[in-house]
Amino acid sequence: MTEEIVIVGGGTGGTVLANDLADRLEPELDAGDVRITLVNDDPDHVYKPVWLYVPFGQREPDDGRRRLRSLVDDAVDVRIDRVTDIDTDAQQLRYHEGDEPIDYDYLVLATGSTLAPEEIPGLAESGHDYYSEAGSEALREELLSFTEGKLVLSVIGTPHMCPAAPLEFVFMADDWFRERGLREDVDITYTYPIQRVHGNPHIAEWARPLMDERGIEVETFFNADAVDPDAQTLSSMEGTELDYDLLVSIPPHRGVDQIAEAGLGDKGWVDVDRHTLEATGAQNVYALGDTADTGVPNAGSVAHYQAGVVGQRLASEVHGRPATATYDGKTLCFIETGMDSASFVEFDYENPPSPAPPSQKLHWSKLGYNEAYWLTARGLL
Amino acid sequence: MSESQIEADETVDARGAACPGPLMDLIGKIRDVDAGTVVLLLSDNEQSRTDVPEWAEEAGNELLAVEERDDHYGFYVEKS
Repeated sequence: MTEEIVIVGGGTGGTVLANDLADRLEPELDAGDVRITLVNDDPDHVYKPVWLYVPFGQREPDDGRRRLRSLVDDAVDVRIDRVTDIDTDAQQLRYHEGDEPIDYDYLVLATGSTLAPEEIPGLAESGHDYYSEAGSEALREELLSFTEGKLVLSVIGTPHMCPAAPLEFVFMADDWFRERGLREDVDITYTYPIQRVHGNPHIAEWARPLMDERGIEVETFFNADAVDPDAQTLSSMEGTELDYDLLVSIPPHRGVDQIAEAGLGDKGWVDVDRHTLEATGAQNVYALGDTADTGVPNAGSVAHYQAGVVGQRLASEVHGRPATATYDGKTLCFIETGMDSASFVEFDYENPPSPAPPSQKLHWSKLGYNEAYWLTARGLL
Repeated sequence: MSESQIEADETVDARGAACPGPLMDLIGKIRDVDAGTVVLLLSDNEQSRTDVPEWAEEAGNELLAVEERDDHYGFYVEKS
């Protein structure tokens, strides 16, 4: 009998896992003892970090797209479809393009984040973002012609993808306007929901002096609750109101509805054991990347490392051995601090980050990795 | 503070969440509820002892009580 492993989501986590399993379970796949299905609702795999560079005219959204099938081992069945229903008791799921429920032996949810700007009145109409292809292109149109006024970067939704990206955006914007001789005519304000500029206190402690040195205004304890597109104001739950000429936001994020409907967790995030990545609400279900509610950053590196852990655990299960691999919280991020400098952090559950001094070498390392990423997706790096 | 007699309308269980998870979970719940609602936040993160009172004051919500339980804290916050 063939064991069915279904991976839902062809982003970083799902794609790396599919290739990892194709390698670990090659004999079983060849013998027909195991089938791996990778389900994605888009024929393309999308590498989202490219979007940070689009508003500054440095990259195109297409630079972050490749055909999913071209990245995944031929031994994996790639299905372009949507999962509409998950029944973890029966171990079945339904596809949009299919009448009958499909049985699974192991299910991995790697469905990632979606944006929910509609949760903040006025935000969808007047806010810009670089957390989507369309958003980054629309922001590019605004930013390239923006020569004076108030630019407000507001972190509204947490958790959100790439926790460093809001800091990166204001550092890059500061440098970009400086290089073009416009910085004195552009005010940059950064808002954050808690009392510091980043969720991680060590990164916040490092970033705040850099922001002060560079004249980036900061509003902490700012939880935006409404945007007035006519008056061009952004107001917070705490009673603060900010004027803006260009509003760039990190909108609220949500996972997919099917996760809450299946009773696996709230708002589309799966409750998991943060070491084994097994869902706490069902048997034989794993989650990874943004989808797994582990408390670590929603970052590609996290999804990558977690995919290795889930791959090892699933291979152990298939081989009838105890699964011993665990995730230790490992996270790795480059943080752009300008248009040609970057820092770097590495941390885990036990060891906090210590940001490296910004340098041009780290900036080029980040850009180099963005190209090498396609090897990561293929499971080669 | 000692065991509270306050009745919570909503409970947010953020035990196990790393900082700033508990405070963000509380803020998320406060966003969703009506004025006058009492939210109980359960957190085992020490940072919550300063984060939650600071935010409640900043946002004008009332921190009614903080309970020290066996292995976590309970914060009762009323939305203003």
